[in-house]
Amino acid sequence: MSGQDCTPDQPLIRVENLCKIYKLESQANQPIRHQVLFDINLEIRSGEFIAIMGQSGSGKSTLMNILGCLDVPTSGNYWLAGRNVASLSNNELAHVRNCSIGFVFQGFNLLKRITALDNVAIPLLYAGMSRKESRKHALTLLQQTGLGQFTLHYPNQLSGGQQQRVAISRALINQPQLILADEPTGNLDTQTSHEIMTLFKQLNEDQGISIILVTHEDDIASYSNRLIRLKDGRIIQDKNKCVF
Amino acid sequence: MNFLTIIGEAFHALRVNRLRTVLTMLGMIIGVAAVVLMLSIGQGAQIHINNSIASMGSHLLLVLPGATSSGGLRFGSGTVKTLTVGDAQAIAELSSIEATAPVVSGIAQLNHGPNNWSTTITGTTPDYFSVGNWSIESGAIFSEVDLRSATRVAVLGKVTAENLFGNEDPTGKIFRIANKPFLVVGVLTTKGQSLSGRDQDDNVLIPLTTAQRQILGNQFPGSIGHMLVQGKSADMMEEAEMEITRLLQQRHRISDRKENDFTVRNLTAIASVASTTAKVMAWMLGAIASISLLVGGIGIMNIMLVSVTERTREIGIRMAIGASHRAILMQFLLEAMMICILGGLTGAVLGIGGAWMISQIVDMPIVITFSMIGLAFTFVAIIGIFFGFYPANKAASLKPVEALRYE
Repeated sequence: MSGQDCTPDQPLIRVENLCKIYKLESQANQPIRHQVLFDINLEIRSGEFIAIMGQSGSGKSTLMNILGCLDVPTSGNYWLAGRNVASLSNNELAHVRNCSIGFVFQGFNLLKRITALDNVAIPLLYAGMSRKESRKHALTLLQQTGLGQFTLHYPNQLSGGQQQRVAISRALINQPQLILADEPTGNLDTQTSHEIMTLFKQLNEDQGISIILVTHEDDIASYSNRLIRLKDGRIIQDKNKCVF
Repeated sequence: MNFLTIIGEAFHALRVNRLRTVLTMLGMIIGVAAVVLMLSIGQGAQIHINNSIASMGSHLLLVLPGATSSGGLRFGSGTVKTLTVGDAQAIAELSSIEATAPVVSGIAQLNHGPNNWSTTITGTTPDYFSVGNWSIESGAIFSEVDLRSATRVAVLGKVTAENLFGNEDPTGKIFRIANKPFLVVGVLTTKGQSLSGRDQDDNVLIPLTTAQRQILGNQFPGSIGHMLVQGKSADMMEEAEMEITRLLQQRHRISDRKENDFTVRNLTAIASVASTTAKVMAWMLGAIASISLLVGGIGIMNIMLVSVTERTREIGIRMAIGASHRAILMQFLLEAMMICILGGLTGAVLGIGGAWMISQIVDMPIVITFSMIGLAFTFVAIIGIFFGFYPANKAASLKPVEALRYE
């Protein structure tokens, strides 16, 4: 069990009776209801490293999207750092995504038409920083990540591992409390996967950033401190493991 | 994200798709160039016509001797010289009238040295110059004294002067009208063609009395061919027309039942029709050209919609890392606006250049006013906002998850 677990402060994330139903349009004008998440209850403390596992279609990506404020729940409550997300306006949600959350995707999702440096700098631009200032910060961060010589490369000139490092840098640039990683190693070979996971582990241990990771590989999940298993939209397993 | 940064993002997006941007811009360029070109040609034509009208003199009425009849047989207008110098003097006294210029005219042979030339001799009073808006290039006009004593002096039109004297200044020289020697006292500045196409510079002006007694002869003492009457102002023209009619009926002892032996014509009215026609033409050309501007605007909307669809994933990524609704909206709106404004600028330059070229080739005045360019620009900006807003709003209203999932 990690050390932060023992301090009884406010949880970073609290989810109560969360449901998500997709309405699909059908020909008869009768929308088909498709429930993806059923009564999810979850509490995540600051500094935890969580892996969410499950088969495809189990609702893990949907849960991630809701936790990341990219999507809204159909019913139930979600508090992020003590704020009820349902009460936030679209602009406030954009601000939360900008400052409190960092995203890392399976397909890296870098903007292809701008350089690695500018990709890392964009969140700062949306936070209101000038272009010059933001590039300075981005450069420092890329150098720390060991990508100093690739700053002016375009994403397609970089390897998968390098692209994912750029994406992680982009997620970190605004110093978020939480990083959401949706199958970050899905497009990478085994060795690079482990390098990326080591980076996540370092971020979690050295900087205390909470990380939620979606994966379906057991050895990737083993980097985490807590494992949540989803099946057909329900949590079927939630166990802490002590790695120390 | 601050405004300057958004402009930078928009500019970058346009630069990446250079060919598409230029092609989209082409619609704006052609539209604005057409509007500027058409308006400047139209206004040029209008000024051309207005100049011709102004050269005729302002607030003019023409009083012609009228149709007379004798025993049921009606003669055409002007067949009998019913107007007299006395009529002209009486009309000049009317409250609505500025001045009158009685005119007799006829054709005579002129010669000077080896040159000879046949043209219209106009006998009139010194008032004729101000009424007909004539100015003097060299020398002076003849005076009231010349009129009273019927001196043999003449003011030459430019064309007549060139035909008789070549390039030398004729002022102070003697030439002959119908073999009688005349002193040239002045030369008129050139006016060009009248609205009806007559060359207004081919004429000789001499005192009315001289013309009546020495050149053209007289059917009745004091009778004149016609007279030009200048009203005091443009809005007193109808009143002037009525006063003249009443006065002449009185002087000519014409009862209400009888036909008038004179005709009063309002020349300004005819001219203003021509001027209005030119104005309508100018605006019509502009309106037709602005349709191409509208088509260009639709082109922009079309491309922006394609661009939004194509960049859905990019929009999703931007939203995931913190772009607000406003930031996305502004970026796409600014892209559309930049196409419009850059296209508008290029179009304005091309339009002005084209207008200048046409003015060089066709020798027609071209008017380029800032209000015209301002108008085209306002129109372009409105088009940019109007046609840019829908795609921009569509982009900004995408749901982050759906945009991210878009392939």
